[in-house]
Amino acid sequence: MTGSVRAEGIVEGRLSKVEYDANFSDIHPPLSRHEAFVESDRCYFCHDAPCQKACPTSIDIPLFIRQIANSNEIGAAETILNANILGGMCARVCPTETLCEEACVREHSEGKPVKIGLLQRHATDALLDAGKQPFRRAEPTGKKVAVIGGGPAGLACAHKLAEFGHSVTIFEAKHVLGGLNEFGIAAYKSTENFAQREVDFVLSIGGIETKTVQSLGVDFEIGQLRREYDAVFVGTGLSAVNKLGLSGEDDLTGVIDAVDYISKLRQSKDLSKLPVGRNVVVIGGGMTAIDIAVQSKKLGAEHVTVVYRRGQDQMKASAYEQHLAQMSGVTLLTWARPSELIGDKGKLTAVRFAETAENAGQLVDAGGTFTLPADMVFTAIGQLFVADGVGGAQPLALSGGRIVVDQERKTSVSGVWAGGDCVAGGQDLTVSAVEDGKQAAFSIHRALSV
Amino acid sequence: MADLRTNFLGIKSPNPFWLASAPPTDREVNVVRAFKAGWGGVVWKTLGEDPHIVNVSGPRYGAIHGPDRRLIGLNNIELITDRPLEINLQEIKKVKREWPDRAMVVSLMVPCEETNWAAILKRVEETECDGVELNFGCPHGMSERGMGSAVGQVPEYIEMVARWCKQHTRMPVIVKLTPNITDIRFPARAAKKGGADAVSLINTISSIMSVDLDAMAPWPHVDGKGTHGGYCGPAVKPIALNMVAEIARDQETQGLPISAIGGITTWKDAAEFIAMGAGTVQVCTAAMTYGFKIVEEMITGLSQFMDEKGYNSIEDFRGMAMPKVTDWQYLNLNYVVKAKIDQDLCISCGRCHQVCEDTSHQAITNLVDGKRRFEVKDEECVGCNLCAVVCPVTDCITMVPQTSGTDPRTGFEYGRPYANWTTHPNNPAAKIAAE
Repeated sequence: MTGSVRAEGIVEGRLSKVEYDANFSDIHPPLSRHEAFVESDRCYFCHDAPCQKACPTSIDIPLFIRQIANSNEIGAAETILNANILGGMCARVCPTETLCEEACVREHSEGKPVKIGLLQRHATDALLDAGKQPFRRAEPTGKKVAVIGGGPAGLACAHKLAEFGHSVTIFEAKHVLGGLNEFGIAAYKSTENFAQREVDFVLSIGGIETKTVQSLGVDFEIGQLRREYDAVFVGTGLSAVNKLGLSGEDDLTGVIDAVDYISKLRQSKDLSKLPVGRNVVVIGGGMTAIDIAVQSKKLGAEHVTVVYRRGQDQMKASAYEQHLAQMSGVTLLTWARPSELIGDKGKLTAVRFAETAENAGQLVDAGGTFTLPADMVFTAIGQLFVADGVGGAQPLALSGGRIVVDQERKTSVSGVWAGGDCVAGGQDLTVSAVEDGKQAAFSIHRALSV
Repeated sequence: MADLRTNFLGIKSPNPFWLASAPPTDREVNVVRAFKAGWGGVVWKTLGEDPHIVNVSGPRYGAIHGPDRRLIGLNNIELITDRPLEINLQEIKKVKREWPDRAMVVSLMVPCEETNWAAILKRVEETECDGVELNFGCPHGMSERGMGSAVGQVPEYIEMVARWCKQHTRMPVIVKLTPNITDIRFPARAAKKGGADAVSLINTISSIMSVDLDAMAPWPHVDGKGTHGGYCGPAVKPIALNMVAEIARDQETQGLPISAIGGITTWKDAAEFIAMGAGTVQVCTAAMTYGFKIVEEMITGLSQFMDEKGYNSIEDFRGMAMPKVTDWQYLNLNYVVKAKIDQDLCISCGRCHQVCEDTSHQAITNLVDGKRRFEVKDEECVGCNLCAVVCPVTDCITMVPQTSGTDPRTGFEYGRPYANWTTHPNNPAAKIAAE
């Protein structure tokens, strides 16, 4: 039967409309004007502010908070967007608890940092609601730049280049821009179609052409773009996922790639039509694992368990995200790895785990095993860069499977820059992707201005 | 428990906390509520002659707020009582009869003619109230009609009216002073010369609270136009304290009883004014912000303080701080303090460094051995206290008196004997005196 959290198997409509709406509403409702005043007064306007130093895009946080305190939300938004054009999304999805808010002196003194993320949202929402584009294009330079990928890195790069007066073309593999903001971020962090509103805002500066459903390596190659454009920026993100390497992974119903499922969830117009299991198991320990676990619970799964092969403090998901999962009713199990997918008549029924331990820094099996009933297992054990289309006569140098860039985000090939999750050594955060795109744009502009 | 009773000009009250002449003391219902809450006395809202004045139908108040809407300063354009004189007099008489242990002082404001003052004093006396307060203070509205601060700004008028009042009544006469003058000692001396038994101060300060930048008009405004009002509340307390101290230590007015008014919000504010010489304190804005219950905090706080210090009565500590108010020229120029930052309490906001670097003496580090750390450089620190006042953490920065060793900033030994400006070699007047 459907319509119940106890319904067996992978079914749709486990909850009522009211429950779906409540579960997928804004997880951090915006501050009211009064709340913003009160919160902004908590900022000490620190010297050489630690929060600003902790921000990958170096937003002048004390200044924008002081602007909010003095009723200048639009000015505050300009301060933010000047450093980070996707400041609205970053306000929603940044792990502030490990960035600006962790560095806040009030975190050290009283364990209660200034709510920088919510204040940033307060300011950027005001500007977006006012429909303003505070940045103006410089006189056209006649230079053309190709940006591959319309995610955070590509959008940030494109906007800054457009501001400099260059003509930009964004090549996007999907049918809409936004990248992980549109397809990957948990639904309750980006409500009311915010990702697309922000894309529209970015593009409203003008001078940016978009070509969707254009995949690197399928529809075009980098070499070709290098000939047609004055510069190329690669911001394709990670388009493949790691596999468990277990038998049944590809043919048992119920073994699902978390990234793919979240993408479907984000594009779903009616969540009651999105089937989810009664007993859901998530393999992994990063943000994606937490996101899929929490969203499965919010879709009505009765039991959701995240299983991670190491300890809780080694999970890549922040302590805050882990706590969020636990508060949402998700069980976190650590020190176990999946050893067998158990199925019946082509359907997943359970997952067997081997208990693990650390021995001289090496992960080893500890000897014990256990089995969790599961009609759905999500794999969230990391994503991979797909290097199609970056080879050819002059291939981009890779390290650990991702593109090598220097401080300016230049690749090994002249005229080609890269940024975001597809480059090696990054933090895999929206905010660092924005910084990559911005820095690359500065570097491209310098190169084109010679 | 300490004895909080006061006897001010023979007017007795169970504690020194009076409500000032203002909207909270306009009517029987309010005053009875105040007495039930524990207030020691009231100065009834200023009475005038019939026909009674009229007030605007709002807005009458403006305010300065902190970001959390904490009220820091208040301003008003309300006039004296807008009820018939007889009704007020009946209510005063009734309330005084029902609450004989509380102080009942009546504030008055009539045109500057002897007959007018004589007439109203006669009627007020019949209420059996404890005394009168002459309102020479209100800076708005009534002053345009030659009353309020229009009188208080002319010492000769103060003396004249005070003298009339003393002639026409046996009741104690308190003169309420306006701060809207250049030197508070002159009106205080005039009150004393006129025979006034006491002064009360400060009345409100002429002020325009802000400008409404949409309406392009002063705020608050009445149908598009605004006028200056009287400013009061916590923000004016330092101004009031100075004026009280000036009168308390002036040779001509020393010993003149003072009822202190101006931003008194807590027991501590009250204790400070009493330490400066005040016999009672009057409160308005704090009551208008929080209601009458605040007097409980004031009574218990003052009582606890007195018990801790071993003061049995208000008189035990009244005026104790006053002799320590002096002129700048007598301050000890050989006294040296240096700021000290408690590194365990420091939260590294760096504000002390920023303000010292930008606006003062470049005496605080921001980096020590390449690490974020804020330390005082004794060789640059002049002991100004700016770092300590901007520091957001209580007791993190303290000013430590230096007693032994050499000041690395000046090269002088610490602990040199007292010496002030009057004898300093850089003082041309000192040189002339020495010759």
